[in-house]
Amino acid sequence: MILLWLIIVPFAGGVAAWILGLRGRGGGSAARWASIAALAVDLALLAAILAGRSAAAGRHGDFFLEARAGWVPQLGISIHLGMDGLSLLLVFLTVFMGIVSVVASWTEITERAGFFHFNLLWCLAGVIGVFLSMDLFLFYFFWEMMLVPMYFLIAIWGHERRTYAAIKFFIFTQLGGLLMLMAILGLYFIHGSQTGAYTFDYFDLIGTRMSSAAAFWLMLGFFVSFAVKLPAVPVHSWLPDAHTEAPTAGSVILAGLLLKTGAYGMLRFMVPLFPDASQRFAPVGMAVGIIGILYGAVLAFGQTDLKRLIADTSISHMGFILVGIFAWNGLALQGVTMQIISHAISTGMLFILVGALQERIHTRDMDLMGRLWEKVPVMGGVAMVFALASLGLPGLGNFVAEFLILLGAFRANPAASAAASLGLIVSTVYALWIMQRVFHGDERTRWTLPDMSVREKGVAAAMIVAIVWLGLYPQPVINEAAPALDGLRRISISGPQAVKIPAPDFRLTAAAKAVPLPAEEDPAFDKKARVVPDISSQKSGEGVNERP
Amino acid sequence: MLSLLWLVPALPFAGFLALALFGRRMGAFAAAVGTGSVGLSALFALAVAAGFISSPPPARIYTQSLWDWINVGGFKPGILLYLDSLSLVMVLVVTVVGFLIHLYSAEFMEADDGYSRFFAYMNLFVGSMLVLVLAGNLLLLYLGWEGVGLCSYLLIGFWYRQPENGAAAIKAFVVTRIGDTALAIGLFFLFLNLGTLDIQKMMNMAALRWQAGSAYPEIAAALILGGALGKSAQLPLQTWLPDAMAGPTPVSALIHAATMVTAGVYLIARTNVIFTMAPAVQFAVAVIGAATLLLSAASALVQHDIKRVLAYSTISQIGYMFLALGVGAWSAAIFHLMTHAFFKALLFLGAGAVISGLDGEHDIFKMGGLRRQMPVAFWCFLTGACSLAALPLVTAGFYSKGLILFSAWQSRRAGFWLWAAGIAGALLTSIYIFRLVFIVFFGKPKTAVVKKPGPRIVIPLVALAFLSIVGGFVNMPAFFGVKDVFSRFLESVFPVPPQAASLPETELLLETVSAIVSLAGVYVAYFFFLAAPEYSEEMARTAPGRALGKFWFSGWGFDWLYEKALVSPYRWFARANRNDAVDLIYSFIAAASRFFHYGLSLSQTGKVRFYAAVLALGAVITITIAVLAR
Repeated sequence: MILLWLIIVPFAGGVAAWILGLRGRGGGSAARWASIAALAVDLALLAAILAGRSAAAGRHGDFFLEARAGWVPQLGISIHLGMDGLSLLLVFLTVFMGIVSVVASWTEITERAGFFHFNLLWCLAGVIGVFLSMDLFLFYFFWEMMLVPMYFLIAIWGHERRTYAAIKFFIFTQLGGLLMLMAILGLYFIHGSQTGAYTFDYFDLIGTRMSSAAAFWLMLGFFVSFAVKLPAVPVHSWLPDAHTEAPTAGSVILAGLLLKTGAYGMLRFMVPLFPDASQRFAPVGMAVGIIGILYGAVLAFGQTDLKRLIADTSISHMGFILVGIFAWNGLALQGVTMQIISHAISTGMLFILVGALQERIHTRDMDLMGRLWEKVPVMGGVAMVFALASLGLPGLGNFVAEFLILLGAFRANPAASAAASLGLIVSTVYALWIMQRVFHGDERTRWTLPDMSVREKGVAAAMIVAIVWLGLYPQPVINEAAPALDGLRRISISGPQAVKIPAPDFRLTAAAKAVPLPAEEDPAFDKKARVVPDISSQKSGEGVNERP
Repeated sequence: MLSLLWLVPALPFAGFLALALFGRRMGAFAAAVGTGSVGLSALFALAVAAGFISSPPPARIYTQSLWDWINVGGFKPGILLYLDSLSLVMVLVVTVVGFLIHLYSAEFMEADDGYSRFFAYMNLFVGSMLVLVLAGNLLLLYLGWEGVGLCSYLLIGFWYRQPENGAAAIKAFVVTRIGDTALAIGLFFLFLNLGTLDIQKMMNMAALRWQAGSAYPEIAAALILGGALGKSAQLPLQTWLPDAMAGPTPVSALIHAATMVTAGVYLIARTNVIFTMAPAVQFAVAVIGAATLLLSAASALVQHDIKRVLAYSTISQIGYMFLALGVGAWSAAIFHLMTHAFFKALLFLGAGAVISGLDGEHDIFKMGGLRRQMPVAFWCFLTGACSLAALPLVTAGFYSKGLILFSAWQSRRAGFWLWAAGIAGALLTSIYIFRLVFIVFFGKPKTAVVKKPGPRIVIPLVALAFLSIVGGFVNMPAFFGVKDVFSRFLESVFPVPPQAASLPETELLLETVSAIVSLAGVYVAYFFFLAAPEYSEEMARTAPGRALGKFWFSGWGFDWLYEKALVSPYRWFARANRNDAVDLIYSFIAAASRFFHYGLSLSQTGKVRFYAAVLALGAVITITIAVLAR
């Protein structure tokens, strides 16, 4: 039941914020505080879950909390929520980023603040719902649910080309969602016609037997939908527009959370539901990821609009996620989880900085900036930290993420990993370019602007602590995610025949002598992984899935 | 004593944090914090060294595990400090030279408005460098490795108001990042093949699992070498270092001469087991070193900017270290690393005193006669120059360079040619550095001296001058009958070099040759740049002289090549594709639907006659198709 409250509280908080915001004077403040309060309640709920976790055990292995209520029993639709380590981390991230974006846009939003916070909270509630749904229909419901408030956030409070951007965003994601809906229905009917039990339940649908062609097309439906959201090249072009035109909070939530629902969907649904098809698709998926890494970075480097530049870097960073997901081994998946979290923080903070800058000088054009370090050294220092996070400097969270992804990918496909590593070079170019154009060099316009306020410094401090902590001691996150990721890998193993086929292990070649590795340093992820190869290295069976 | 090890890197980091958070309110106190933290760190390093030498830990290895960094399945690099005689030498060089340079900076940077920022970056650098040399696994080493690269970037671009400084800083970071990426791929390769990134376990595992000369160690060594080439500014990634002179002079002394740029040498020495098993790559190391030392010594010969001469000289001297690594003379490389740290830091700091004395003048042809006006700077600079030129017997450079040349001679593969390159480089070295000495400190004064160095500048200069002389006495050639203390100290880390058939007489002969060559270089420089400068000017005026001078001056055209082949196309493509070609597809779809929208709304005229006509036309067409299709 506590899971349901996690979703209901922001919904209710949103309504409260809207009503409070209707009052003329002080309404905006009231709406902000109401939003903070709702998110704080969610935070408390999460703390309660963490504290009482050992007692409550879910029905399914790695899920420590589940809730199920009938919704449309005739069609096999239920409100089935579940939480494992992965979901917990992502919900926590959602609440954290929610609070950050409310605080960060404290002074930016002056018009219709109540309705703004209503949309913000409903969007967050939708995201939380996505991260908790264990029923495909419910998942689709929340997937669309988060879309509409975001549309309003961009269309009402956005910048110059907000209408264009909002419509573009909506059409892209809507079309993607439609493909997913078709794939969900296809899966529903295939499963139903086989077993007689028509259900949208995630755990029932896993291991559905189907022809490999059917699995491939259904997988593709999910993939395209998630790839649009992620986004992957070539369906990325909604992102620069939407991020650039959205208000700061919108950009933070888009980059920090909405993109991550795409990654989450692939982790939770696409690969586990269609393991063989995903595995056959892996080379293409990795290639798409590599192209995204490089193309996004080149795109970013070419921009003069600072916000658009940062938006384009997301394309590059999400490419790493694709590479990691299609490598599908323990190292890479941990990297993907770290990347989801670190990117939310690093890019979120960069968007907050752009927002703060735009509030002061009313432009995002880098040709008009330069030598701002002189005026706003604190802001410059914070920007430096997050530019460095963006280029993957060791000691900050993004490095751990990208290193683990590339390391895992190297095991699955050395050439792909080496190609993806070029992302480390191109990201350096754009990240340093930001610093040069905005904070260093010639003074191209004479601005007078105040440095960060106490509120802004507070946000920045929280984000810096988070990103450094993730970079130097990511172990709590890794430990939290490990059982969930193991679980995902376990259920994506397609039947016993895969076990018999040994993974092509390029470590053991003629040149290598038969000296066993020391047990504790074994590069294989764990005992399971030694028996059960990674999807990317499996020989494809005839698409027969079975739940272990 | 040894358990204090963690304080050595922790103190500079603490200094960085304090300066970063409160530095702007500290004023002049910032220097005390910055210098004090490194000074304390140096004291602790000395204490650790005393402990290490007086009561050596088992196997002469001391490790200290601070915390688990990442632990994913089998991949668990920790924050693990590893101290053996090699890292101890590096720690001492970094902290002692680092402290002297911080002390120097306290006066040198006094008037700068970024005083506390400077010390913050410098402290961060020292901390990262210490992590690099103390790291027990390659991932932690990589953290320090990138950390020093970051500080190098921050400090090259320290005077951020000039765009060209920013460009130099970005260039340095990006070029070294190319090498770093190769190193990162090397890390993936090593981990997945050897199952660990712990350096010692890795080396043992490599020796067990790989055959010498097989593809595995060759690939691994090549990837590590990629990282080393970038950081140590060797061919073909050397182009960033001359531009790095845009940073304040103490930065050039500490980062771009004494410590960071030698990190590549340290890395290769640290992973010597893999390089020993990869003869092809190891030979490449020697060849690259030899080529680099010649090319950049030639470039140093024609520069006008006092710091650029020293920058090319640094590249050249690191070339000597690579040459030593390439022929398996590990301890010779580290020995030269150490003496080079002393005398090159000294030369840079001396140059800094001259530059600030002449109010920021960098051009050597506007200097002159400074011998009398700045005697302290002169004598210190001269000491450094003698050491760099390896003047016989009294200088540290003589012993370290002599050992490298001797080792190259003994090398079984192309030994003579490597030695010949080294000796030719020695001649060039001697010429270019004394060209500098004669032009800057002799002749007629050309610019007035506005500032005399104060005590905080003089003390480091004198201390480094002292080290540049005595630093070589720890490792003397065999024919002196003195024990080679330094090489013996490093014996526990490095495999004993193959005892070649060369007799002490051979060594004596080779040392004599290099002594003659270096003295000859001094005379050539004296003749062409002081006694009869008209000859050198005449030579520079001839057509081939001009062309060659220009070519050398520009660093053999590497910058031009990279600009044309890589930078410009990338920039052009990014600009051209600013509006994202992929988006055109969607814009086209949108435009097409808008077109049909307008086209069809035009047809909605409200005129019944028009509708009827179109209806009829449609019917006719449909029927025609139906009939014809039958």
